[in-house]
Amino acid sequence: MEQLKSLGRELAMGSQGGSSKEFLDLVKSIGEARSKSEEDRIILRELETLRRRLSDPDIPRRKMKEYLLRLAYAEMLGHDASFGYIHAVKMAHDDNIMLKRTGYLTVALFLDDGHDLIILIVNTIQKDLRSDNYLVVCAALVAVCKLINEETIPAVLPQVVELLNHPKEAVRKKAVMALHRFHQKSPSSVSHLVSNFRKRLCDNDPGVMGATLCPLFDLISDDASSYKDLVVSLVSILKQVAEKRLPTAYDYHHMPAPFIQIKLLKILALLGSGDKQASNHMYAVLTEIFRKCESSSNIGNAILYECVCCVSSIYPNPKVLDAAIEATSKFLKSESHNLKYMGIDALGRLIRINPDIAEEHQLAVIDCLEDPDDTLKRKTFELLYKMTKSTNVEVIVDRMIDYMINITDNHYKTEIASRCVELAEQFAPSNQWFIQIMNKVFEHAGDLVNPRVAHNLMRLIAEGFGEDDEGADTQLRSSAVASYLRILGEPKLPSLFLQVICWVLGEYGTADGRHSASYIVGKLCDVAEAHSSDDTVKAYAVSAIMKIFAFELAAGRKVEMLPECQTLIDEVLASHSTDLQQRAYEFQALLALSPQAIENVMPPDASCEDIEIETSLPFLSNYINQAIENGARPYISESERLGTVNTITPASASHYQQDPAHSLRFEAYELPKPRAPPPSIQPSSTSSLPTISSDLVPVSEATYTTREEQHNPKVQTLADQISAEIGVRLKLEGVQKKWGQQTYSSPSAPSTSSSSTQKATNGMVTSDTIRQSSLDSRKQQIPEVSAEKQRLAASLFGKKAAERKTQGSTRRPAKESQHAVATSAPEPPEEKVVVPAVPPPDLLDLNEPSETATPTIDPFKQLEGLLGPAAGSDVASAPSPSVGAVKTPDLMSMFTDTPSIVDSKSSDKGVVSSTIAKKGPNVKEALQKDATARQVGVTPSGNNPNLFKDLLG
Amino acid sequence: MIRAVMVISTQGKPRLLKFYEFQPPEKQQEIVRYVYGALSERPENVSNFVDADSVFGQGTRLVYKHMATLYIVFAFDSSENELAMLDLIQVFVQTLDKCFKNVCELDVIFNFNKLHTILDEMILGGQVIETNSDQILKHVDDIARIEKSSSTTSLVPKSISARFGR
Repeated sequence: MEQLKSLGRELAMGSQGGSSKEFLDLVKSIGEARSKSEEDRIILRELETLRRRLSDPDIPRRKMKEYLLRLAYAEMLGHDASFGYIHAVKMAHDDNIMLKRTGYLTVALFLDDGHDLIILIVNTIQKDLRSDNYLVVCAALVAVCKLINEETIPAVLPQVVELLNHPKEAVRKKAVMALHRFHQKSPSSVSHLVSNFRKRLCDNDPGVMGATLCPLFDLISDDASSYKDLVVSLVSILKQVAEKRLPTAYDYHHMPAPFIQIKLLKILALLGSGDKQASNHMYAVLTEIFRKCESSSNIGNAILYECVCCVSSIYPNPKVLDAAIEATSKFLKSESHNLKYMGIDALGRLIRINPDIAEEHQLAVIDCLEDPDDTLKRKTFELLYKMTKSTNVEVIVDRMIDYMINITDNHYKTEIASRCVELAEQFAPSNQWFIQIMNKVFEHAGDLVNPRVAHNLMRLIAEGFGEDDEGADTQLRSSAVASYLRILGEPKLPSLFLQVICWVLGEYGTADGRHSASYIVGKLCDVAEAHSSDDTVKAYAVSAIMKIFAFELAAGRKVEMLPECQTLIDEVLASHSTDLQQRAYEFQALLALSPQAIENVMPPDASCEDIEIETSLPFLSNYINQAIENGARPYISESERLGTVNTITPASASHYQQDPAHSLRFEAYELPKPRAPPPSIQPSSTSSLPTISSDLVPVSEATYTTREEQHNPKVQTLADQISAEIGVRLKLEGVQKKWGQQTYSSPSAPSTSSSSTQKATNGMVTSDTIRQSSLDSRKQQIPEVSAEKQRLAASLFGKKAAERKTQGSTRRPAKESQHAVATSAPEPPEEKVVVPAVPPPDLLDLNEPSETATPTIDPFKQLEGLLGPAAGSDVASAPSPSVGAVKTPDLMSMFTDTPSIVDSKSSDKGVVSSTIAKKGPNVKEALQKDATARQVGVTPSGNNPNLFKDLLG
Repeated sequence: MIRAVMVISTQGKPRLLKFYEFQPPEKQQEIVRYVYGALSERPENVSNFVDADSVFGQGTRLVYKHMATLYIVFAFDSSENELAMLDLIQVFVQTLDKCFKNVCELDVIFNFNKLHTILDEMILGGQVIETNSDQILKHVDDIARIEKSSSTTSLVPKSISARFGR
């Protein structure tokens, strides 16, 4: 039947004048083409025909139209038809309106607004804008929207503005849109015309008014404050539209002018955002729309959704918010995937106002997560991302990773991977978990994540908890080493991940004594061999091998050189990469040193230590004095030297200046300057200079500094002499920077310093913390509502979430206490939705009441970004015996170990504080206990099942 | 704003491409391939929305409708409402249907210039300007009529009148 119908069509098409026959044949043959190449051949042949015909000077104009359309068709299929562009431009000049329109259409399809031919069409457009025939004007305006660029705007602007008052509403509408387009392309060109948009808002044709909303929307999103005066009139327009005051011609599926309503709601959302006064005007009309709008039609739901967006953006009002929540839950409960999608999106907006709204819809959200619809799934992940807090981070990130593994779209994979990393860094309950998650992310999306993430991970492993608890750090490291050794068995690993693995194996592979040096070295050699084309991985591997050797030798053990290792080093010695070569040479040099020297050069587990650099080299003063006595020239500091040299011959200064940009010099070469040979510096000492003509900027790398100190007294002067002689100095900076340890240790400097400032602040605000902790303890009595809710919510997200949550909290005490207080604060039991008090969105960690935001917390947050939260919060408790510092985390350990005390209402303040006092000194024990409990897989809370019963039952 | 309107056959062939921000032909083909790939993978009875971040930039989405042998796809950014776009597709299809009496793929291929005319009446510079299909049709007919009258004087009348007399 279908075929019959199309056959009939074909016949009908064919009979439409002989001209279409060829086109028909073309389409048919393309349709029958069996392969892409066959199709390409057909189109190329067609283009050849067209090229031949178009070059004919006198083609009938009717034919011309046909040819141009065929050209446009060929170009749509991806073939170059640029030879015909000029004909399209010519055709737009034609007086015949049909040809003119075809000309405009094809020009708009072919040409970019920056194309050279545009200038040829401006004249035509100008002429047509002046035409008496409104259809010609319309055609010209459509072309204006598409073709006029920034430079040609002034040529047509006056006429377009004039057309704003054209008697035909279709023309006015298009003129408004053309101005809007100008504004998009170059806001400055029409900035003086903005008042016209306001004026058109009062146009007596609703269509024109509706069109005006588009430019207004753009203007208001750029700068809402200067349009606040429009709120009242916009609200009244919306009211009139919603009350069906417009002619029925504007109805769509019984909804009055839905597109205008939607635009209006979008604009109101912008205007009312954070503005209580403006928002006040809107509540009534929003309520009205919520009440009236029927949710049976698609377009009705579109308006409802837009209302929800508006409500979530403006200053909150409980009544309207309730209506919005109700509308959202209708969306979520709907069978339609489209509505579910809108519901999830709306929910994501509403939880910014009140995070508790989500709880009611947990099940619906979970359903969406399981849905086969990929779009819906992604939207749900976006929602979860917004909802993540320390209590549910594990479940959410696990889910995200499971999903991530299976997606093929790299763009989205990158996004979700970076979200996982972000959430993990922000909310990780423990370092162990963080490392596990990072490993997974690297394994499955390693090439897509930011290298910064890898460096953070390495630093975390190196610095561990940032606390004195060495045992835990060692355990962390050996578990990392074990997992990496296992992962190395996987066939394909991303380069970045391999770098991390190499670094960790080099630094800590032998640290716990479980693995022999030769085993680790063997593994590293395997890595280097398997990735022989990846210089970075190889460099990391070589450095790691060097470290292993250094540690072993320093400990006085003999290491035998494995044959494959020897092969690797030999190969790298001859590498084209200077970086690799240098590493290999250094390795060889290192093997020749004595154990003490090696220990100084490569101290174990010192990657994050700060390296003190004595730039003035005082221990050399004896040597220098001696040299001066022997007649050496005294050292002149660089600035002095430059100053003096400058006065003599300006040109020669460039010798010393070492312009980093290596800019071209335009002046003539100076004459060779007669110069006294350096008297005291014997050639022998020059020869003792190995490769190091390097600059002496503080290098935070043990190897270089120590070696230089040992072997190169007077390097400074020497280097200068040499540079003066040779004129050019080898720049090794770039090469050094690549050095595995360094890329990573240099950023560590700021972090350590920030932690020390933290300690300082911590000490200073002790009294504050005390006050706060007592405050906290009072607050602790309230949270049983929210804590229970959360547990419920968490359990909805995954079975284990409830237990995990309590476990996790011990690790991050400060954060958790904040959190508990935060959730409890906005909702005292009596009144439910008193949201307005809370200033707009802090999406991620709920709204923290101001009391908790004492200076003790802020610096941690900074650090958390770098280290993952666990480290941050533990630094907090590190300063030890100060009362306040101990108390904050202690509250938490109590909270988790025996939640009942806090949770059951019976405990009054006195009891709570007494438990604090009793428990005070045992933080460490509590942590330890929890850690072991976690390992065994037992929840600490499981010890007191009865206490939970009255809480949950 | 609306970034693009595309009509793609279920075989992956573009039938109508209209971009409101210029795209060079190679990029157009890439977009068509991506969109077709994304749409053909989707099962029945799921939502009509797809993310299009990787081709049109951050925050852009596609709304599509599958009709017989065609996908009708609108690409747009965050300043539009997905459900409303879905209805806009509906308006477009309705108009086509009224215009061609039971529209099918062949109509779309052979009259893509007419489709462009219809779209120009609905969307201008990426913004929706008209959603009433009767109104759109009236404008399109006006244009057809005036084209016809101008053609009678200067061009061979028969073929043109046959074309628009349907």
